[in-house]
Amino acid sequence: MALQVEDLKVHYRTTKGDVRALDGVSFSLADGEIMGLAGESGCGKTTLGKSLIRLDGRMRHVGGSAVLDDEELPIGDDRAMNARRWKEVSIIPQYSMSAMNPTRKIGKMTAELLRSRRISYRDIEDELVRRLELVGLSSKVLGNYPIELSGGMKQRMVMVLSTLLDPSLLIADEVTSALDVTNQKAVAETLVKFRDLGFVKSMIVVTHDLSLVYQIADTIMVMYAGRIVEKAPAETVIKSPRHPYTQALIGALPEVGLEYGTERLRSIPGRPPHLLDPPTGCRFRDRCPLAFEQCAEEPPAVAVADGHEVSCWKAAN
Amino acid sequence: MLELEHVWKSYRIGALGSKRLTAVRDVSFQIAPGEVLSVVGESGSGKTTIGKMVLQLASVTRGTIRLDGADVTARGHRERKAYYRRVQGVFQDPFSSYNPIFKADRVLETVRESYFPRTGRGEWNEKVENSLQAVRLDPGSVLGKYPHQLSGGQLQRMLIARALLLDIEVLVADEIISMLDASTRIDVLNLLGELKERGLGVLFITHDLSLANYISERVVIMRHGAVVETGATGTVFGDPRHPYSRNLLASVPQLHRKWSDDPATPQELEPDGDRSVDPPPLTRVGEQHWVAAHP
Repeated sequence: MALQVEDLKVHYRTTKGDVRALDGVSFSLADGEIMGLAGESGCGKTTLGKSLIRLDGRMRHVGGSAVLDDEELPIGDDRAMNARRWKEVSIIPQYSMSAMNPTRKIGKMTAELLRSRRISYRDIEDELVRRLELVGLSSKVLGNYPIELSGGMKQRMVMVLSTLLDPSLLIADEVTSALDVTNQKAVAETLVKFRDLGFVKSMIVVTHDLSLVYQIADTIMVMYAGRIVEKAPAETVIKSPRHPYTQALIGALPEVGLEYGTERLRSIPGRPPHLLDPPTGCRFRDRCPLAFEQCAEEPPAVAVADGHEVSCWKAAN
Repeated sequence: MLELEHVWKSYRIGALGSKRLTAVRDVSFQIAPGEVLSVVGESGSGKTTIGKMVLQLASVTRGTIRLDGADVTARGHRERKAYYRRVQGVFQDPFSSYNPIFKADRVLETVRESYFPRTGRGEWNEKVENSLQAVRLDPGSVLGKYPHQLSGGQLQRMLIARALLLDIEVLVADEIISMLDASTRIDVLNLLGELKERGLGVLFITHDLSLANYISERVVIMRHGAVVETGATGTVFGDPRHPYSRNLLASVPQLHRKWSDDPATPQELEPDGDRSVDPPPLTRVGEQHWVAAHP
């Protein structure tokens, strides 16, 4: 088991009180598993990704644990985490392709990054060039400034950088959302290639695009309002979802071949609850077409099939 | 009826405008009332530039854009203002379209100030209420709120409501869905469908083929500033002829088909060449289906 997360709680401190962005999240990730993490904005998926590598100033680790390769991650301890970043846990943050230093050539920027880990650029240069070629970039990009690269090239560059030290866990946060479809496919397939070649052991792919993550993920986990609602193999989540939220999310996806005139897609009415003071019981209750009295109590995560867990009273029965 | 006829656009770039970049090359199409036309293409294909030219935010280098037969290029403020009564745009990012300091409904109020200064308060409020209802927003829950209190879908629909206050004939919708959540984007898309049924012409600019397929009758696929394939949506997506369209369709992530099931490698395409020459001509390959010449 590569990663074991147990009842993780991370809150954001605000002047109005704590926003419970992650409110008791438990899951595990097997060796070599690519897990897609999906949900609406504000459901806590980015927070979960960030919690596993670096809490920013507003975030507070309230409870729970994350164990990576039999060693507990010191989530709340920024200094202790720093020794593990990039080598054990690595992240491709959202919009990172726009975050490369514009005043440095890419090779120099990489050397500076490596120096912060006390690694010599010379020692790793051959490997770097090999990996760049693997993703279809020539070694010439190391002498370029970020502005000279296209969006897709920058994204692939950042991906190579993030995985250069062979981390055990990679968190890829919305890596495809700013790209157009052809680049999207290339980038998504590169992620799979990195896993297959052993550059990273396992991966969490955070995205709002279910149809994209279905293409590359082994399992899909759906979050809603700081909690996990369903986790199952990708095929099961898409073909036979059990939680009403997952069903609604999939029902709202347009597909090539579907036309407005013939079939009308439906959105999910309402909006997610505010996590400053989250409702008790099932959090999807107010928007759920199947809600009944029992939903006022919190639904436990129930395994309905092997590797398929759902938190819903209706699905469990 | 909005018509583009052999429209070209080149920008001056580099130091002191020493270089030229041709963004749009010889594009022609029409949008009839009650029709949604999608313009699809990768980043840098010139699709946004077309929207900007229709909205007169960028000048046309060559060719003409006509609305009901008359050239739209406005001379002076008065003509431009009259044009914006008929044609309006909504853009990608609803969060940055609003000034966060003011309440969100200020975008509606500014329309009154510049276009309906003599309309009475009561009559105006009724008009606002009608247009909000047309975009399926509950006036009580959006009026008097600040932008951060509303969701992206609500903000985007409010911008469409603002455009509707003006009795427009054409709406330019430039990637209006892409910043929205899956759960709310479909509301905005269905809204476009309803507006179409009410006789509005919509220029729907997107990079997402499934959205184009869902909402539009006709589609224009662009690459490197030129049209590579165009026609009725079902025909073009059902039987793409140009290698670029085929690559594009094969890359779309879909729920009923995995990329790994279809190992066909994308066909190599000719690189971006000299953009100042005429693009390959379109030939008719079927009823409602045109494709650019390709090797």
